Amino acid sequence: MSSDLFTRRGLIGAGIAGAGILVLPGQRSAFAAPRRGGSIRIATQSSSTADTLDPAKGALSTDYIRHFMLYSGLTKTGPDMVSRPSLAESIESSDRITWHFRLRKGVSFHDGSELTSEDVIWSLRRHSDAKLGSKMATIVKQFAEVRADGRHDVLIRLTGANADLPAILAQSHFLIVRAGETRPNGNGTGPYRLAQFKPGVRTVVARNTNYWVEGRPYLDRIELISIPDEVSRVNALLAGDVQLINAVNPRSTKRIDASSGHGLLATPSALYTDLIMRQDRLPTSNPDFVEAIKHLIDRPLVKRALFRNYATIGNDQPIPPFHPYYNPAVPQTTLDLDRARWHLKRSGLTGVRIPVYATPAAEGSVDMASILQEYGARVGLDLAVNRVPADGYWSTHWMKHPMGFGNTNPRPTADLIFSLFFKSDADWNESGWKNPRFDRLLVEARGEADEARRKELYGEMQALVHGQCGVAIPVFITLIDGHDRRLKGLQPVALGGFMGYQFAEYAWWDA
Amino acid sequence: MAATAAPRSALVGIMPLVLRRIGSALLTLFLVSAVIFTISGLLPGDAAQETLGQSATPEQVAALRHEMGLDRPALTRYAEWLEGIVQGDPGQSLVANMPVRDIIAERLPNSLMLAGITALLAAPLALSIGIVSAINRGGTLDRTLNIATLSMVAVPEFLVATIGVLIFSVKLLWLPSIALVSDEATWGELLRSIALPVLTLAVVVMAQMARMTRAAVADQLDRPYVEMARLKGLTFRRIVLSHVLPNAIGPIINAMALSLSYLMGGAIIVETIFNFPGLASLMVNAVTSRDMPLLQACAMIFCAAYLMLMLFADVVAILANPRLRAQ
Repeated sequence: MSSDLFTRRGLIGAGIAGAGILVLPGQRSAFAAPRRGGSIRIATQSSSTADTLDPAKGALSTDYIRHFMLYSGLTKTGPDMVSRPSLAESIESSDRITWHFRLRKGVSFHDGSELTSEDVIWSLRRHSDAKLGSKMATIVKQFAEVRADGRHDVLIRLTGANADLPAILAQSHFLIVRAGETRPNGNGTGPYRLAQFKPGVRTVVARNTNYWVEGRPYLDRIELISIPDEVSRVNALLAGDVQLINAVNPRSTKRIDASSGHGLLATPSALYTDLIMRQDRLPTSNPDFVEAIKHLIDRPLVKRALFRNYATIGNDQPIPPFHPYYNPAVPQTTLDLDRARWHLKRSGLTGVRIPVYATPAAEGSVDMASILQEYGARVGLDLAVNRVPADGYWSTHWMKHPMGFGNTNPRPTADLIFSLFFKSDADWNESGWKNPRFDRLLVEARGEADEARRKELYGEMQALVHGQCGVAIPVFITLIDGHDRRLKGLQPVALGGFMGYQFAEYAWWDA
Repeated sequence: MAATAAPRSALVGIMPLVLRRIGSALLTLFLVSAVIFTISGLLPGDAAQETLGQSATPEQVAALRHEMGLDRPALTRYAEWLEGIVQGDPGQSLVANMPVRDIIAERLPNSLMLAGITALLAAPLALSIGIVSAINRGGTLDRTLNIATLSMVAVPEFLVATIGVLIFSVKLLWLPSIALVSDEATWGELLRSIALPVLTLAVVVMAQMARMTRAAVADQLDRPYVEMARLKGLTFRRIVLSHVLPNAIGPIINAMALSLSYLMGGAIIVETIFNFPGLASLMVNAVTSRDMPLLQACAMIFCAAYLMLMLFADVVAILANPRLRAQ
């Protein structure tokens, strides 16, 4: 119910730790009372003329951050990955098909108008318009009906039971804009008001003194720019030109660590680069070939050499070990040249030249392909690494070759990652595998209210993907942000860097 | 009387040439736009696919394509764009949902300012280095300057820029590591924030200009008329400034025009490293997002700037050298 999930967690943490504060004096400031004031500049890795004020069209971290500064959502996901009501005051559903959202009263947009169910309905319905180009167009197909039930009540009826609706609505794309806005201009109910917006150059926001959460936000002003070049971005942080950056290369972490005034915020995430082996194409549809490849990946080497240990070892299924639904019973696949050789022989593909498509667009894929090629050569597998440009990779190469790489951003729920990338009829079923049992489990888990049973279902799905799907996931990549030590209140949220893009509401300047 | 009449008649004399050149420049612009349209059409993906990115579904792409007008034949789209640009309207950006004119208006002044300030700094320096080194040909000063300029030509600009940032921004904290060009900034702040980009660019273009100047002046110093002037007893200063320079100005201006056109469009590396919001990075943006109207507008500006600078260089060369006028 409470929207204060971040501070609340902090307080609980302090309470449970008890003497923890005394044990870790360095951590003390994390619990110090936030102070109001301060003006910071932050830099992300990407921005272009495609930058937008429209939450539905947000495509990159820069957009998500901008949208969370200006708008609020019905729900919000905290560091514990639990989604709680935000603009909604309460959420009720008995069957997880029909959902009733009661809106908070007295919340106003930046232009002074009051938030009503009209605004929520407008914001949710607009995603269905194909012309808008919403990133959530496929997800809103689940919405059978969205309607108002009075001035402050909204009813959402789904096409099937889905217990994850609060988590889905917590994404930046579903932030609430003013009713009637076909091209949102920054007028939201969020913690900051828009002061300046120049696509591809900068966004400047100022504190919303009328924000509906008492006492927040803390910073007076935030300027959001982008510095696409990683070395320049780190230099700007160290030179004091910006106070917070994202997408720090693991190789640069030493430079930031060496500076006394700067710190790193490492966020273990579900982001992964995967090797796709199409199950509807030869020769990759051969199960022995897939098995051989999975045993040819030196996961600790990938973790150490490519990511300087800023990664979590993966097990060819998309749920990372720190996820609540992770199934530890699935045996870990390791580098095993003898097994790989045996499987390769059984597949009859020893000595056949097979192309692998790698690209800078899928982080680390070029190096992963080279490592695989090396080990492959030792067991008689002849892989040809085709390095193709990042530009246009997703539309021209991704999923179009028997063997190639993909890259998947963290999704807020296990259901989303499985439905979008592993369901038999999913548009991005990367390997094109078909498993009726998996599909059945997916629908069952989606509507399951009992958490223990749900975890069991997701556990079995992980085992199925691990054992039969044509996708190899060597590691999960840790996101690294760099910050000025005077910027306080930051903590990792596994959804993405910058506290799951929501740092603006919680960060404060200690100077 | 005669002295003022001469340049005017010279100007009138080359008017037909200038007009012809403007005519051929327009033709060149047209051809360039056609080539760019064709080649960018060959790139994989279009604006709709790039906008939707990895998460595109076929229906979404089709809908967005229709919205952007990309489902019409390429020739129709090109004809429409051409019709617009002839009337001075570069059209609407596909990706930013803004008129191309507004986007360019935001970036063009930045690029012009960067190029202008760099030129103001680099041109006089390059000219002096070139002349001093030509006069002292073979001497220690000449050799020192030669080594300096040659190494400046040889070192890539990203290295110059990165070393500059490491020294002046990260270690000494004197200058900002990124160019933050904003409307509210005072001139002092502005100069401070673009100091490193200007220095980097100046290092790159200055060396080339100085080399050309040295070669042109040195070539003239060997001519018989210089010996004649010396025998007449003219001061060396006068020989260089009023006899040698006018004769050497043609190639020098040419080298400068080339360098300056580089400053307009070729500054992409410096723009990237210093995060400078200029035209070159805008054009790269336009290519990656397949934003055809924006790409075309940038290409037209770069091409026009190049042609104008070349024309200017030729006119100056002809005015400075009457022999060329006779041709």
